Amino acid sequence: MNRRDFFAVLGGGVVVMLVEDDVYAQETGGGRGGQRQQPQNLNAWLHIGETGVVTVYSGKVEVGQNARTSLTQAVAEELHAPVASIRMVLGDTDLTPYDFGTVGSQTTPQMWPVIRRAAAAARETLVDLASQKWMVERSTIQVADGKVTAGSRSAGFGELTHGEKLTRTIPATVALAPATEWKIAGISIPKVNGRDIVTGAHKYTYDMKASGMLYGKVLYPPSFGATLASLDSAAAEAMPGVKVVHDGDFVGVTAPDPFTAEKAVAALKADWKPVVAEASSKDVYPYFKKNARDAAESAGLTAYTVAYIAHVPLEPRSALAQWKDDALTVWTGSQRPFGVRSELAQHFNLAEEKVRVIVPDTGSGYGGKHNGEAAYEAARLAKAVGQSVKRNWTREEEMTWAYFRPGGLIEVGGKLNPDGTLAEWEMHNYNSGPSGLQTPYEVPRKKEQMHQSKSPLRQGSYRGLAGTANHFVRESYMDELAHSASIDPLEFRLKNARNERLRAVIQAAADKFGWKDRKKAPGRGFGISGGFEKGSYVANCAEVTVVNGAVKVIRIVEAFECGAVVNPEHLGNQVEGAVAMGIGGALFEHIDFEDNKIVTNRLSRYRVPRFTDMPVIETVLLDRKDLAPAGAGETPIMGLAPAIGNAIFDATGQRLRSLPMVPGKLPTGA
Amino acid sequence: MAKVTELDINGSRRRVDADPDRTLLSVLRDDLDLTGTKYGCGEGQCAACTVLIDGTPTKSCITKVGAVAGKRVVTIEGLAAAGKLHPVQEAFLEADALQCGWCTPGMILGAVGLLQRTPHPTEADIVSTMNGHICRCGTYQRIVHAIQAAAAKGGRA
Repeated sequence: MNRRDFFAVLGGGVVVMLVEDDVYAQETGGGRGGQRQQPQNLNAWLHIGETGVVTVYSGKVEVGQNARTSLTQAVAEELHAPVASIRMVLGDTDLTPYDFGTVGSQTTPQMWPVIRRAAAAARETLVDLASQKWMVERSTIQVADGKVTAGSRSAGFGELTHGEKLTRTIPATVALAPATEWKIAGISIPKVNGRDIVTGAHKYTYDMKASGMLYGKVLYPPSFGATLASLDSAAAEAMPGVKVVHDGDFVGVTAPDPFTAEKAVAALKADWKPVVAEASSKDVYPYFKKNARDAAESAGLTAYTVAYIAHVPLEPRSALAQWKDDALTVWTGSQRPFGVRSELAQHFNLAEEKVRVIVPDTGSGYGGKHNGEAAYEAARLAKAVGQSVKRNWTREEEMTWAYFRPGGLIEVGGKLNPDGTLAEWEMHNYNSGPSGLQTPYEVPRKKEQMHQSKSPLRQGSYRGLAGTANHFVRESYMDELAHSASIDPLEFRLKNARNERLRAVIQAAADKFGWKDRKKAPGRGFGISGGFEKGSYVANCAEVTVVNGAVKVIRIVEAFECGAVVNPEHLGNQVEGAVAMGIGGALFEHIDFEDNKIVTNRLSRYRVPRFTDMPVIETVLLDRKDLAPAGAGETPIMGLAPAIGNAIFDATGQRLRSLPMVPGKLPTGA
Repeated sequence: MAKVTELDINGSRRRVDADPDRTLLSVLRDDLDLTGTKYGCGEGQCAACTVLIDGTPTKSCITKVGAVAGKRVVTIEGLAAAGKLHPVQEAFLEADALQCGWCTPGMILGAVGLLQRTPHPTEADIVSTMNGHICRCGTYQRIVHAIQAAAAKGGRA
């Protein structure tokens, strides 16, 4: 962290730094006059300025999940400051403490308490200051609504910190207010930067410009793995203002405006040497098993498959790169600013301190923006031409050269005792991933294995990772077992679930849905699912109609429990969004590929959920104030597909074992 | 063809120097820095690039700038009058009808156009008219509620 003196940058006031272990804090203590040395294990820091503005620094980023708002609530709650006085600086590798990334639903369970502790420590520091200045007992001092008060004396935070240059390094063990006493946390405050979004004022990376910058484009091979045999760039180079950058297989252009850049890249004449494709979307599932190490016997197991799908973040990848001497600054929409910094440092053989990555609030990610592809391209072009370069990916580039949610083959089996309880359970996931593979139900004998394999496509994280795939298979097969034993699917789950939190969400969803009173009708079906992942519990009930093979999701109830609720409105929005996205993966999203090319490489070829696909969505949020808040960005998507699939079975008698589920089409299992 | 040299944007005449076959989206974003209008797909599939042309919601990524010379173009930057949000903008905030916000300007302008033609739309009207817009974060239900709320308050503005 090459941060400059806080006070030189921010003006006077109070700085509180939160470190992980208290030993370090005791050794360093606090001090007046500005402490330049940074603790190695810094988690978060905040500054209270002489104007009363509170600035808080965290390495997390905002991608639409409302981290900026929930972290602001954390500060307001513990500092007793108005929301409007708080500024969050997120995802800037020069200014914010190191963070591994905005991934895995970790902002709330991991960063939220850290920020709260920093704010609580800052509040106590203000009390210390007031106690010294006014010469009154600490116990007579109150902090509320941005003011410090003792008897008839009162001062705003700014007044109190005026003329100070005080730093405090504190351990991560400060006491926090219990959820039952929250005043600002736990309520629905509006999105803090909502106005900038509805007015179009917010500048996403895609929107950014810098003076004198050029626009960059990259020439990609026509198929994955193809290598450049020859290049004729004369026509492009003859265009005014165009520069061609050719270094090995990397070919790019820069131009003063984006349409010239587009024309220039189109004018490049390249010959590519393709490689033979190992698999296509038609034969990839047996390919997974064939290429897995220690594959299991398929006998007695039922095969399910899960297609590759695309994240389709509506803001495609984008970056703006600037070099100054040998230091690089890049603005880019990424979930892992520090990860991108490492990538860039490695690519350009720089010390990490020489690279600064800044992430403006970003047009979504869903696990799809972990890497610095556009950042690297912009930086490489900028270095070659000696000017700042902007690189905005097109939708087609985003849907071809980003990475995908892994496809998978999943084989499952189980046996019941005569009373309907599970006796045995076995599940093997080939390629798609281990998340959510372990059953939350009680089973005396079980075997659950992840088998790494080869992927013909570049694959990576996705909202909930393989949680969606594994929940689809487990909860569909649980339904198969329930039907084989003629037990109601709800009763079957409750019979096999001991975990109270799991039982609670299943029961809550069924109650809200009216499971017991559901009315069967021709072409109409009902399904249920439950699950657990990343510290939170989820259950879904679905009502569908199937007419001439067309599935329409009529109604979804989702019960969700992630401990104490931080912001009910934003949590509800997150759950509804997961339901919407889950419908896409359940019913129509799939990447078709052959000959090392993506066939479904644009929105006219890749269907995502739209208004007309939406059911009535009802959410039940179970607020467990006795439990620490867990994340909510991922788990709410996991139970959609099986609830819908179970409802399709209920309506048609057809068990669909492939995602996406298309009635009438035979499952394409291995 | 002659270059386009002037556009009527948000009630002002703006000087431009653009080939007529360039997209309106590119001219707005790249030449005029009106970046509230978003690129999402470049083929008219997502409607993130929606602007109003003579009051009609139009996908600017598949509209040539030459076709809008002399017409009134309204972008998201021109919707709030003198700092006061349009009722549809207010309604989107109140219904929390957004997450990442990339689709939001296009959604709002699509909704404004809808309410201008149909001040009291049914839910089915809203769903069918807005169906060209993609919200990948999946806030559709909230967007429907926001448009209903704006209509109830006379959101035609």
